[in-house]
Amino acid sequence: MITLDNVHKHFGPKRVLQGVNLTIPRGESMVIIGGSGTGKSVALKSVLGLITPDQGLITVDGKDASKGDRDKFLARFGMLFQGGALFDSLTVWQNVAFRLLRGSLKRPKAEAREIAIEKLRRVGLTPDVADLFPSELSGGMQKRVGLARAIAAEPEIIFFDEPTTGLDPIMSGVINDLIREIVVEMGATAMTITHDMTSVRAIADKVAMLHDGVIKWTGPVADMDQSGDPYLDQFIHGRAEGPIEAVR
Amino acid sequence: MSLTAPIAAIGRQTLAFMALIGRAAIFASQGLSHIVRPPFYGREFLVALLQIGWLSLPVVGLTAFFTGGALALQIYDGGARFSAEAVVPQIVAIGMVRELGPVLVGLMIAARVTSSIAAEIATMKVTEQIDALVTLSTHPMKYLTAPRVLAALIVVPLLVGIGDIIGIFGGFVVGTGQLGFNAATYIKNTADFLQFTDILSSLAKGCVFGGIAAMMGCYFGMNSGRGAQGVGQATKGSVQAAAVLILAANFLLTSLFFSS
Repeated sequence: MITLDNVHKHFGPKRVLQGVNLTIPRGESMVIIGGSGTGKSVALKSVLGLITPDQGLITVDGKDASKGDRDKFLARFGMLFQGGALFDSLTVWQNVAFRLLRGSLKRPKAEAREIAIEKLRRVGLTPDVADLFPSELSGGMQKRVGLARAIAAEPEIIFFDEPTTGLDPIMSGVINDLIREIVVEMGATAMTITHDMTSVRAIADKVAMLHDGVIKWTGPVADMDQSGDPYLDQFIHGRAEGPIEAVR
Repeated sequence: MSLTAPIAAIGRQTLAFMALIGRAAIFASQGLSHIVRPPFYGREFLVALLQIGWLSLPVVGLTAFFTGGALALQIYDGGARFSAEAVVPQIVAIGMVRELGPVLVGLMIAARVTSSIAAEIATMKVTEQIDALVTLSTHPMKYLTAPRVLAALIVVPLLVGIGDIIGIFGGFVVGTGQLGFNAATYIKNTADFLQFTDILSSLAKGCVFGGIAAMMGCYFGMNSGRGAQGVGQATKGSVQAAAVLILAANFLLTSLFFSS
């Protein structure tokens, strides 16, 4: 279980998180929605320790995320980055098997390659892409490789940062289905940030709406349309009029 | 605008500059400490050796050769004013080994390697590859900085040594081909005149300049701003800082080796 308790973060004069409280139960898929610049990525990166909160406590299974063995802590996580964040200098299979080629999860090279190819197959890529470089792949294929890398070490917790940004609707649907299948199949705890409502409905067990640095609404995805929350309503229906100021 | 505004502006710039030096120094000490602490990334080290050393050889060789040749012409012409044309081999040797070899190689490395490291790491930062490294339990300082700095510390002195030899050879080609020196006498005068301290200082400068060049590339890359502009600024800043620090370090090292 992941909990964020009164988490604050500011960058210069901009107060991004102003007391975020959120609980993600083990094995559930939580999707955080909210407009651009509302701090969704900051919240996610704070859990991973990529950003240090100014105030508040983040715990994973009851333990303070900022303390203890970082390597051990991070070995429990997999993450799909918005742009894939694949390493240009490494081939596709070396990207997927990155964690398996070094550190505490190191395996023999042949075994790591085998696992990488199996994970590539899992995300719908054929073994012939294994020896290509990321720059030789399309955006959709890069996302799939990023997804394969995120699940390569069988993590307990997977984070997805804007998984469908920049993809056409069909490829977005494919990625959404893959994410849902993988999360269910692995029994992983998932935290996704997006503003793509199709993704939300495909991926989420629960939804949290982040606005003005706080969680405005949280609940099961099935309750989202009848929430009665004016912020959530405006956001999910994409209305320019409402409590969320839209800059024209 | 108050009368003190220009002084305040200078003060702000000075404080910002001092803060930059402080941050860079802390970064350098962290980078150096990661060189000696496991885990070690052998593949990244070998790639850095190849990129910093082997692939810099053509530019270093050509720069040294033409500089050695030009130096021979200058010394011959300048020396003729007081009948000292014969000192060309000695001055070319001492000029190349003590000063021009290390400084030119250092500046060439700053132009070629520092810029490349800064642009590569800054792009990695902008595209979240550095964050990805962290989430994959890999320390960016260990994976990106330590191999590059270690490779530069080892390979740049070698490049300086090669640059010294090629520079002296450039002087030899001009001296024997154009200025009428006897080949055997030229070589003998060069060899007799050079001392161990000259060679040692040259290689030591190479080591320090290599460390500065790689460290500045990594520092500016890791601390780059967002987007293409951030990458551009990081690249420009890294080369400027490396060039200035190399010239400042050259002065300090020359004082250290030869002030007596």
